[in-house]
Amino acid sequence: MSAQSALLKEIAGPAGQDLNAQALRADARRESLRLLALLAPSLFLVCAIIIVPIGWLFWLSLFDETGAFSAANYARFFEQASYIKTFISTFKVAFIVTGACVLLGYPLAYMLSQLPRRAASICLIFVILPFWTSVLVRTYAWLVILQRKGLINSWLIDLGVISQPLSLANNFSGVVIGMTHILLPFLVLPLYASMKTIDTDCLRAGMNLGAGPAATFRQVFFPLSLPGLASGVVIVFVLCLGFFVTPALMGGGKVVMWAMRMEQTTSLYSNWGAGAALGVVLLVVTLALLGLFQWLLGARATGVWSSR
Amino acid sequence: MSDGIGLPISHRQRLWLYGFGGLVLLFLIAPSVIIVIMSFSDSTLLQFPPQQWSLRWYQSYFQSLEWRDATIVSVKVAIMTALVATPLGTTAAYAINRGTLRFNGTINALLTASLIIPVILVGIGTFFLYARIGLNNTLTGLVIAHTVQALPLVVLTVLSGLRSYDMNQERVARSLGAGRIAAFWQVTMPQIRFSIVSGALFAFITSFDEVVVSLFISGGETTTLTRRMFNALRDQIDPTIAAISTCLIVLSVLLLSLAQIFGRRH
Repeated sequence: MSAQSALLKEIAGPAGQDLNAQALRADARRESLRLLALLAPSLFLVCAIIIVPIGWLFWLSLFDETGAFSAANYARFFEQASYIKTFISTFKVAFIVTGACVLLGYPLAYMLSQLPRRAASICLIFVILPFWTSVLVRTYAWLVILQRKGLINSWLIDLGVISQPLSLANNFSGVVIGMTHILLPFLVLPLYASMKTIDTDCLRAGMNLGAGPAATFRQVFFPLSLPGLASGVVIVFVLCLGFFVTPALMGGGKVVMWAMRMEQTTSLYSNWGAGAALGVVLLVVTLALLGLFQWLLGARATGVWSSR
Repeated sequence: MSDGIGLPISHRQRLWLYGFGGLVLLFLIAPSVIIVIMSFSDSTLLQFPPQQWSLRWYQSYFQSLEWRDATIVSVKVAIMTALVATPLGTTAAYAINRGTLRFNGTINALLTASLIIPVILVGIGTFFLYARIGLNNTLTGLVIAHTVQALPLVVLTVLSGLRSYDMNQERVARSLGAGRIAAFWQVTMPQIRFSIVSGALFAFITSFDEVVVSLFISGGETTTLTRRMFNALRDQIDPTIAAISTCLIVLSVLLLSLAQIFGRRH
């Protein structure tokens, strides 16, 4: 202890120190209150529009149609074949779309990370622009391209490749193509951002140690890009599970996904308990997947939003 | 990687990679380009490339009262959403950036919750709540719901601006006698204003393009443009929608370039 602080302690004494500490604590408390006041309006809105209604729906889901407390709304998911079919087609679409996004998105992100800065930023516009174009506009575009008398079919018939139009829209393939297009940027952007942070010295070291280009990619670059890939995959998969617009417009009534089922149950049949139960399970699955991802990689899945 | 040494790829593979990447880029951008070109077609058939050019679908868009009303509703709601979400998100980001609150992580998670929670659930929940308090089919209800959807984007954009700003500057201003609000307004604000403007633009376009929640809570005189488009697409494929889509694409390009310009200056 230096002489100066000993002197200060003597002057202030135990009582004086206490007073100072008290004043500091009071100041910190006031500061916290001010910050809370700044946050209050936003927090209030989020609670009022998101948290409270969802809690309310959860409460509703615990009662059957007669108003008795029961798990009937949840038991139905295991008993009725139509629900099981909905879950199966939802997960099927989610897996296929996520797979397609990886197959298309990984090479694209890799190419973007290899391009010189200027070329990369021009190519990025092609990724970001669709990202900010209305989902409706893009779904409409795919309807125009894929429908029976659409562009693909008329081109193929003109070229003599096919004689009968292929059914591309209003079925499973239409939903998959449309959703892949809409969700691809959600995979490419975080993946590209993470590839850009890979230290090129690691790659050079790999080459110096005698690895060829392919081996360097496989053993150095690819493992380093996995966290970015994982975050993109999780985001795309989770968004697939709750996707509404494209399946509703391009499924032709043949592909009923989770979100459509929720809309039908509540709007068409006004069965709030059943619709709410679907929503609760969807939310739990979503949060569980995100939580699992965060636990495995210690990263925040919302990172994609700040990267755009 | 500019010196070209150490790229983990051979030249032939690079050609393949660029070819494939180019095709994926084409896949991403082609639908928008096709719609823009087809909106100038003279035919009711969906031909590409169009045989005859005309502006008839734009005429049919601008002359239809229904489409015009829906557009006006959407513009009004989007402007009001930007006006509400921007100050709310900015003050919230300011408070989060301090990082001194005990539940900072929880608060952050709450404010960005609408990015993660399935939007269909938010739509149904909001409809359910609004049915009780009479906010369905009102502009106020739409603005509130869209504000919640836009808040996370404003918060994240302003936060990224604040992260590259040294808060000590504000402390200096205050130690020199400026009040808290004056210090923020005269020292901090000018330095993060481009992030704030970007946040406002993101809020505007989030509201303008929002579909799912609007499907549930808008209707009658407050039918938004996206809701009307959704219903029209369920029935048939009307080329008028190509003209409307083109307008929406142009709007996105405009707002995005503005946000980019502001982002760069920041």
